[in-house]
Amino acid sequence: MNGEYAEANAETLAGARETRPELPAPLPVDDDPRPLYDRIQDVIALYPERKSAVIPALRLAQEQYGWLSEQAFDEVAEATGFTPAYCKSVASFYDMFRLHPTGRFEICVCTNISCALVGAADTVLAFERELGIHRGETTDDGLFTLKTVECYGGCGWGPVVSVNERYHEPFPAEQVPELVAALRADAEGAA
Amino acid sequence: MSDVRILLDFEGHRRDIAEYERHGGYQQLRKALAGEPGDVVAAVDSSGLRGRGGAGFPTGRKASFLPKDRKPAYLCVNADESEPGTFKDREIMLRNPHALIEGILTMSFGIGATSAFIYIRGEYRTEFEVLRSALEQAREKGYVGRNVLGSGYDATVVLHRGAGAYICGEETALLSSLEGERGQPRSKPPFPAVAGLYAAPTLVNNVETLASVPYILAMGGEAYAQIGTERSKGTRVFSLSGNVRRPGNYELPLTSTLRDLIEGHGGGAPDGRTIKAIVPGGSSTPILTPDQIDTHLDYESIAEAGSMAGSGAIVVIDDRTCMVQLALRVAEFYRHESCGKCTPCREGTRWGVEIIRRIEMGEARQGELDLLLNVCDRILGKCLCPLGDAMAMPVASYVTKYREEFQRHIDEGGCPFVEKSPITGLYHDMELVR
Repeated sequence: MNGEYAEANAETLAGARETRPELPAPLPVDDDPRPLYDRIQDVIALYPERKSAVIPALRLAQEQYGWLSEQAFDEVAEATGFTPAYCKSVASFYDMFRLHPTGRFEICVCTNISCALVGAADTVLAFERELGIHRGETTDDGLFTLKTVECYGGCGWGPVVSVNERYHEPFPAEQVPELVAALRADAEGAA
Repeated sequence: MSDVRILLDFEGHRRDIAEYERHGGYQQLRKALAGEPGDVVAAVDSSGLRGRGGAGFPTGRKASFLPKDRKPAYLCVNADESEPGTFKDREIMLRNPHALIEGILTMSFGIGATSAFIYIRGEYRTEFEVLRSALEQAREKGYVGRNVLGSGYDATVVLHRGAGAYICGEETALLSSLEGERGQPRSKPPFPAVAGLYAAPTLVNNVETLASVPYILAMGGEAYAQIGTERSKGTRVFSLSGNVRRPGNYELPLTSTLRDLIEGHGGGAPDGRTIKAIVPGGSSTPILTPDQIDTHLDYESIAEAGSMAGSGAIVVIDDRTCMVQLALRVAEFYRHESCGKCTPCREGTRWGVEIIRRIEMGEARQGELDLLLNVCDRILGKCLCPLGDAMAMPVASYVTKYREEFQRHIDEGGCPFVEKSPITGLYHDMELVR
């Protein structure tokens, strides 16, 4: 059943590969060894009012811990001068903040209209089959979380998939097994 | 079919500042700093440039609303591109980031801004890195920082990442988010020009709008105004997606037609299929039918055709697609993104989704199409921001223009397109269907 749509969208995908600009290599992850508290002070200094630093501070905490636990909220609150409840109320508004632990690889598939028209449903189903989980779930080994997300701004180059915030586009269903295998190998290599 | 291009008139990218400078980059900043701030706004005003975010408001006039000499004042760059179907600001940032930065610097000087903030959506991580590198290069060259090029003008630019919320593309929600709050819109007036970021005078402009500024200054406002139609000036980067042979971003003069874009550049529908519907300005705009493909792409022509030019995102839908599934996807998106502040939007988007879901699943009773139109009508124009309208307008247009197809779902007790529609897999168990 994957083949059917893959063929139907083959021309569109080929066109997308031609028009999509080449992306620069990812920059290395910021490995500032200083405590979270100190790094948040640097961010606060950028803004006329310190409240503006709450969202960047939440991001720093999430990058450090992988998700926003009660402890993470306490630390952000301590560093910014707002209450943990306030920080949580802000975080819960935004889709990218994780209020629960997530797999080591967070795989997001855009299912908004443009991606859906060119096979995003098949990409989602292929991930579900390959990983043995449904969208919204994490594998038992803690390696993968699969999410469907709203428009990622890659509409002409869809279906768009991101792995830990890095875009892969276009990403039709038939590329799923290879990617999952590569990520598994990556995890084993690092272990 | 004319091929005037301004913003993306080159192959590859100009991320390297030297490459941008070789093509005249940062000369307009130099010139602007040597002249009067008012000259920048006057040139933009005479160009007739209209905001490329979605509303299409004249940029020069918007800038002129800021009270003179009230400090601090801010420029906020809307790089929160989120309207489904739109991916052109992303390409501009990836390929021509310094045009955006030069536009920010000249416009900041023009309005007397003390600082500029770039609000880039959180998902655009690579684009954030591109802008960060570009800003570092500009800082090293003395274009950003204290006393820019010895002019006495101090330019501060802060790059701020969002965290995933469509509504933050709405300018007052963007300001709430930038202030460290939940991204909820505020009532207008007061408009941001009077009380924006930190209650100071603030100009909010989209990426494409600001990136156009250096080119307008280089060619002169009057020359820019020669391109396009009487009221829609210049070129626009259109995002073409969906069922076409060559999806992508295409910069075209505003005299072009949907046919130029979809057939001329996009190669038309693939595999000999036919076009069933066209989204002309992002998913929030009313749908057009294939017989409207000769509509011009300027703001007025699309309005006359019964829709909106919006964010310049054209989505082509071919004859396999179920319009009810499409409506469901669109409605679900706006329900998910509703900030919850205004009741008609918060409740109406939810009920809209529920009714469309019932229609798709064959659970709807006779009369529910009118109920759906009624729900849309009760949202339209009744909220602080246009998010609720963004569901109500397209959904009402789908029901009105493809009513027979919606009705068939009710009459037949299910979706007649379940086997061939590409969206089916999101809603039905594919293993059971086939």
